[in-house]
Amino acid sequence: MTALLVAFLVSTIAAATPLLLAATGELVVEKVGVLNLGVEGMMLAGAIAGFATANETGITSLGVLAAMIAGLALSLLFAVISLTLQANQTATGLALTIFGRGFSALVGAGYVGIPAPTLPKIHLPVLSDIPVLGPVIFGHDILVYLSLAILAVVAWCIRSTHLGLILRAVGDSHDAAHALGYAVVPIRYAAVAFGGALAGLAGAYMSLAYTPLWAQDMTAGRGWVAVALVTFSAWRPFWLLIGAWFFGALMYLSLYVQALGVAVPSALLSAVPYIGTVVVLVLISRDARRIRLHRPAMLGRPFQARV
Amino acid sequence: MNDAVPSGPLLTMTGMTKQYPGCLANDHVSLTVERNQIHALLGENGAGKSTLVKIIYGVVKPDEGEIVWDGQKVTIQNPGHAQRLGIGMVFQHFSLFEALTVQENIALGLGSAKERVGLRERIVRISNEYGLPLDPDRVVHDLSVGERQRIEIVRCLLQNPKLLIMDEPTSVLTPSEVRKLFVTLRRLAAEGCSILYISHKLEEVRALCSAATIMRLGKNVARVIPAEKTVKELAEIMINMDLHAPTPRPLAPSSAPPRLVLDKLTIRSPNHFGTDLKDISLSLKGGEILGIAGIAGNGQSELMDALSGEILAGKPESVMIDGIAAGHMGPHERRRIHGCFVPEERNGHGAVTTMTLAENAFLSGFTRRALVRFGVIDTKKTSAFAENIIKVFDVRTTGPKAQARSLSGGNLQKFLVGREVLQEPAVLVINQPTWGVDAGAALAIHEAIMALAEGGAAVMIISQDLDEIFVLADRISVIAGGRVSEPVLTRDATVESIGRLMGGGSAPAATGEMEIA
Ligand SMILES: Nc1ncnc2c1ncn2[C@@H]1O[C@H](COP(=O)(O)OP(=O)(O)OP(=O)(O)O)[C@@H](O)[C@H]1O
Ligand SMILES: [Mg+2]
Repeated sequence: MTALLVAFLVSTIAAATPLLLAATGELVVEKVGVLNLGVEGMMLAGAIAGFATANETGITSLGVLAAMIAGLALSLLFAVISLTLQANQTATGLALTIFGRGFSALVGAGYVGIPAPTLPKIHLPVLSDIPVLGPVIFGHDILVYLSLAILAVVAWCIRSTHLGLILRAVGDSHDAAHALGYAVVPIRYAAVAFGGALAGLAGAYMSLAYTPLWAQDMTAGRGWVAVALVTFSAWRPFWLLIGAWFFGALMYLSLYVQALGVAVPSALLSAVPYIGTVVVLVLISRDARRIRLHRPAMLGRPFQARV
Repeated sequence: MNDAVPSGPLLTMTGMTKQYPGCLANDHVSLTVERNQIHALLGENGAGKSTLVKIIYGVVKPDEGEIVWDGQKVTIQNPGHAQRLGIGMVFQHFSLFEALTVQENIALGLGSAKERVGLRERIVRISNEYGLPLDPDRVVHDLSVGERQRIEIVRCLLQNPKLLIMDEPTSVLTPSEVRKLFVTLRRLAAEGCSILYISHKLEEVRALCSAATIMRLGKNVARVIPAEKTVKELAEIMINMDLHAPTPRPLAPSSAPPRLVLDKLTIRSPNHFGTDLKDISLSLKGGEILGIAGIAGNGQSELMDALSGEILAGKPESVMIDGIAAGHMGPHERRRIHGCFVPEERNGHGAVTTMTLAENAFLSGFTRRALVRFGVIDTKKTSAFAENIIKVFDVRTTGPKAQARSLSGGNLQKFLVGREVLQEPAVLVINQPTWGVDAGAALAIHEAIMALAEGGAAVMIISQDLDEIFVLADRISVIAGGRVSEPVLTRDATVESIGRLMGGGSAPAATGEMEIA
């Protein structure tokens, strides 16, 4: 029973990590009023860039770096098209996802089925050996802790720092922010780049830690879940974390039920985490006033500086 | 403020030209603002005043013209640049962040971390000192326009500008707030800050400003010393026509049946810090105009929303329109039973700024004007309706296809009032009917409201402008803390007696807050 519990908790946390990374990035992007639907594409680009680099060099940390650069590069492409050239953000984001999928499949064709160095799990003497708590709290790889740390810093920054206030202001009214002298477009560029780097990192987690191999479309829609998490958590970091963990838990449970051989179609079971997470988050954040307060009013709207 | 002994004017603009599609907003305009001067910029609605000051602040890019700031020729790139030069601006249509608190909004206006130290206490202290009290923790979304105006002003004052541009800062302030603001502005001018002041309230301009530049149709028409002219003369230079006082109207016969009745209307405000309405009972006869006076934030917006149907009353009988219990009805149903409403916030609430005038006319008028045929918008009729509003209310615009946001503030206000008045309502409720409209247009709006009442409609005016209430209303009530006082006949009321009620209790003793000049 304890072993089962440990397995459940450990794999919940692991499954939540890529979502958490990508969603934290998207949260910052949406907070400044930009809707980037290219998360799935940036994650896939990150996954293959990380995998290929780690495979060629044998150094995982270089792979992680390459993944972030890949995500960042794609997000800058998005920024140029949607912020500078002011194309429709929804369409640009969708195109980015399509591009990322195709690009990763093309580059990844030669890497299917071969192993790459895996991100090691940390092992702290004594601490990691405590029963239950040890593996659940102290037995993960570095990206798990990093994802939590990044979320905590982002949450703190958005809520309590002047930088965060500026981000929220740009997302609430770009015209007012501009009128007060803030450089709206550069601020949005920075946020989009941050989101891209985190999406790339999420991809690296998939291909170098979670299932350390490359398979086409290996993110399996997690980029979309990340986008949904941001919306349905009503742009609040704490609920983002809860949502990601909930997804991870359902993921484990659906695999577990499949392994038990219960007579439910496996396609349906695999869909449960996706549907379940969205349903639960919708139920949690129904409060219209709260949504109005947290929803960036400028979401998806183009900004024009001078008339 | 600046150490080197400055000489020459602070700001000189020559030949400023700005062409919008279909409208030459500024046509070779010149403007000179001296140091330590409070300079008025006057002109009718759509004359191009806001356009000119937006050019100074770097929000609008001029097609032609030269700006000399502090002796140097400059091209002002953007608002950030303007701020670094020492220019601060209070916008006509606020530039506030709705989802943020008052304190956050003000902090965003202050560049360096040093200026933000102890901000909270400073906001409370300075806003009280200036007579513009603010609660730093409230979210802007929940505030009335009067309160929003205070934030804009306080934010700008905290920036310590060398030139303070104020685009109609007092249209939604109460007389006592205005008086305190003027004390502050005079002190600032004495300390070395120049002020460029736009207002349609010519009385104020005469009292405050030592010079005035007057514009008409995008051009300079005169530069005068306001104190040397009467209000009437100033208005006539501005709008190039004579002004007459509206003709007084006979009181409604006491036998006329009531058309709008509120019976113990009690509403919890949907806003966290809003004012709850408590036991409001009023009765308006056909042919009567009731004025609701009061300081911003005492329940005016809640009352407006409860009347228009944006907030539903618990008991249907607490709002009766023409004898029909309407408390549970939404805005469109209330329109169907002949109630029309003009909210105070014209951008976003009264009008969808990115839609055309015809579309905006449709949104409110489709039931009463039968603008839908077989489920399809009757575009011809809609366009004709919008065209008619534009004609009757003299709205300066390129036509029904113009976007609402391309109109000058006063012209949009005329359009929105016209849209409701022309629907021939039985009951009309207007919040701040002449916010930002020029003297000529205010007269036109007042006359339209009076004509509507004379035709038998019951009209309720909610306004912070006591002069307006005294001109229009037959009876006056005061809203304070969500309660409405027993209406008194206007001819029995004085500005002092109403002002006392606005401060709170009905006791005759006035405290410092309440006295009204
Ligand atoms: N973005 C725009 N696009 C097209 N026309 C515009 C735009 N902004 C302003 N205008 C037009 O320019 C003219 C001048 O407008 P402006 O706002 O400067 O007037 P104003 O003097 O400030 O009037 P008010 O007293 O009503 O505020 C108006 O006729 C208006 O319709
Ligand atoms: Mg204006």
